[in-house]
Amino acid sequence: MTGTKTGTMTGTSMLSVKDLDVWFGHGDDRVDAVQGASFDVAKGESFGLVGESGSGKSTILRAITGLAKDWSGTIAVDGEPVGHKRAKSFYRKVQMVFQDPYASLHPRHSVDAVLGETLHLHGFKDIDARVVKLLDDVGLGNRFRFRYPHQLSGGQRQRVAIARALAGEPEILLLDEPTSALDVSVQAEILNLLTDLRAEHGLTYVMVSHDLAVVGHICARLAVMKDARVVEIMDVDALRKRRATHPYTQDLLRNSIGA
Amino acid sequence: MTLLDVENLWVQFPTRQGLFDAVRGVSFSLGKERLGIVGESGSGKSMTGRAILRLIRPPGIVKADHIDLEGQDLLKKSEKEMRSVRGQRISMVMQDPKFSLNPVMTVGDQLVEAYRLAHGSARKGATQAALEALDSVSIRNPERVMRAYPHEMSGGMGQRIMIAMMLIPNPQILIADEPTSALDVSVQRQVLSIMDRLVVDRGMGLIFISHDLNLVADFCDRVLIMYAGRVVEVCDADKLHQATHPYTRGLLNSLPRLDVPKERLEVLQRDPAWAEAPSVSGRVR
Amino acid sequence: MTATPDTPSGAPTLRQWLLTETPTSRRHARFASAYKGWLSFRSNTMAMIGLLILVALVLIALAAPLLAPHDPYVQNLSSRLLPLGSEGYTLGTDSLGRDILSRLIYGSRITLYIVGLVALIAPIAGLLVGTVSGYAGGIVDTVLMRITDIFLAFPRLVLALAFVAALGAGIENAVLAISLTAWPPYARIARAETLTIRNSDFISAVRLQGAGPFRIIVKHIWPLCISSLIVRVTLDMAGIILAAAGLGFLGLGAQPPSPEWGAMISEGRRFILDYWWVATMPGLAIFTVSLAFNLLGDGLRDVLDPKDAGS
Repeated sequence: MTGTKTGTMTGTSMLSVKDLDVWFGHGDDRVDAVQGASFDVAKGESFGLVGESGSGKSTILRAITGLAKDWSGTIAVDGEPVGHKRAKSFYRKVQMVFQDPYASLHPRHSVDAVLGETLHLHGFKDIDARVVKLLDDVGLGNRFRFRYPHQLSGGQRQRVAIARALAGEPEILLLDEPTSALDVSVQAEILNLLTDLRAEHGLTYVMVSHDLAVVGHICARLAVMKDARVVEIMDVDALRKRRATHPYTQDLLRNSIGA
Repeated sequence: MTLLDVENLWVQFPTRQGLFDAVRGVSFSLGKERLGIVGESGSGKSMTGRAILRLIRPPGIVKADHIDLEGQDLLKKSEKEMRSVRGQRISMVMQDPKFSLNPVMTVGDQLVEAYRLAHGSARKGATQAALEALDSVSIRNPERVMRAYPHEMSGGMGQRIMIAMMLIPNPQILIADEPTSALDVSVQRQVLSIMDRLVVDRGMGLIFISHDLNLVADFCDRVLIMYAGRVVEVCDADKLHQATHPYTRGLLNSLPRLDVPKERLEVLQRDPAWAEAPSVSGRVR
Repeated sequence: MTATPDTPSGAPTLRQWLLTETPTSRRHARFASAYKGWLSFRSNTMAMIGLLILVALVLIALAAPLLAPHDPYVQNLSSRLLPLGSEGYTLGTDSLGRDILSRLIYGSRITLYIVGLVALIAPIAGLLVGTVSGYAGGIVDTVLMRITDIFLAFPRLVLALAFVAALGAGIENAVLAISLTAWPPYARIARAETLTIRNSDFISAVRLQGAGPFRIIVKHIWPLCISSLIVRVTLDMAGIILAAAGLGFLGLGAQPPSPEWGAMISEGRRFILDYWWVATMPGLAIFTVSLAFNLLGDGLRDVLDPKDAGS
């Protein structure tokens, strides 16, 4: 992991976002959620997006995955710009883990059904073996295979959600506040899991969080967002040494470390 | 001086597998101080707060040797008497202001109503008092806020309004259940310092329920740490980081820290004995 | 599991097997969740009463030839309009001397037939229209919902009357007419549910796996809509039985001499003052079955409604 925590950009860029605008609604109702966001994430890097609620950080992830439909600018994955309509192959490359594990699993589908369907959609044939492997990968084991979401704790649900995201063997994992709905002890488990998975599968992470400490733990570089704009992009090491230049970043830092 | 004295509090819920104990034998006292209750979800911290006000709905059961509010046992009061305790003498601020304010009434009307319920005064005086209440929670433009509806308010603003409203009857005790968890970090501190100032100025007792150890350490005088319905440790808030119980230590160590980078976070190893051991008393004599 | 003191070790009892938190196969998981649903349904006494009445109704309909003391069509003009408790005619006879009890027993078949068909046609049509409309949105939604509104704008019985008048009287046409007038509320419910489900994270998640709209609607949205529709169907059943009876009463549903309950009331109406039981007995039957469906619906709502299931 230390090898990739270089901070500077090396190698090819796995995900590149340039002049991204995202908006909701039309005419007078139009709300600009993201304005002119640009950043690059190298292969194997993990990149953080930090900001308060409503700053547009989650919206960037939704635009990358195509869940937010109204956007302009360039989004390129592995050097290839993506269009407004995503091909099926796109979802083999990019996957997302949602914030609230209580809302991201279908209440009537068992773990087995969730993972089995995902594998089926990605065109795998050896579904049984893969479901077992996925559950192993996220530290759940076969015991949990036939349970329904209401029989799982928050942390276990989030593990299932991570397994689902990993099912298609993606290269980029977008993490939308994956631990903010969890207790701190469970958060530690999930963050460790994410660290391990990245090392094992050579994943590229983009993590959104309001918690500077969590982003600092997982990511090597981060972008700070405020009012729909990226105000600063910097290395986490530089942040630790309090070399933030933008007053808002300094503010966040004060609130996170204290004084 | 002791405002509230709780001894051997139990909250139970009947389930298909028998009685489930959400709170088991919790004892503590509260003076004119800020008492923090920390724990993870399911530790029984919110249940404790609600049980004091007897807000546990049937089939839930509340049992205790006593819950004394200035010498009067709340468990012996009738439901009607409890209604005058709730709000008048003990107020409660919940996590999300969106669900606590009436969406179809203006903020002003709600504040005025709260004031008149508490003090029974005329409308004119009540309006004046409502404006002052908003002013006391550092709302800059109280006239405008009075005319606004709750959905027009941001989360931080809504929570300040809730605090203003809860303080109108001049309660002796404020129970704040995760009052800032739904707020952004920067707003969190503002709301907390406002609450802190008001509580100290008025000489109230505060029960601050939270999952956030650092917040509680900064903000309270004394802390109860709850696990599986029991209090496992009681300590002074400023000494929380020297806590000795393995559970508290585990929680503290599992937090990622920006200033101390680590490759892997420590994972809490739960010991079944923690849940079995008797509750530590948080009473001060 | 905690409270299992009766069998200390060895093979688990069937009950333990069903109540496990760690099912070992797909089938096991399905049985276990069905059993838990049954347990919570069983604890609702009123719903159980409703269910028992309906089970009895089905058994009666199945065993009609064995149970009925007389042929429901045989007329015996010498013993017409016999009162309750007459020798051999427990519930009396009607104006043509037919045994009312036998007619009620055979009539349960017709009632079940109507109820069953309407319960199949109307909610499924509503589910299709509602979910497609809600998920697609835009122009599709507008067009489908305006059509729904047109159907909703007419009183049910009037619309059914118009249909039957156009199609011709008869029980199949009555079923068709009732179904045609019954689907719009289901479409509305299904659409409303779809609108809330559509934007949830788990739908977003499956879209990110590349699932198309057809799969999302059928496999992800339908299972969540169906429970509220089932509840609504059972609550509507009473209305459907009454509508069928109403059509029968007006002579537009089942035709004489068929022992349909509504038609029986219609016949008995002429002598209701002197021979009250002729109209009252089928009325009581309709009342009992409607009530049973209502009770069942209330109980099912508690078991099936996913919004409450979490607690």
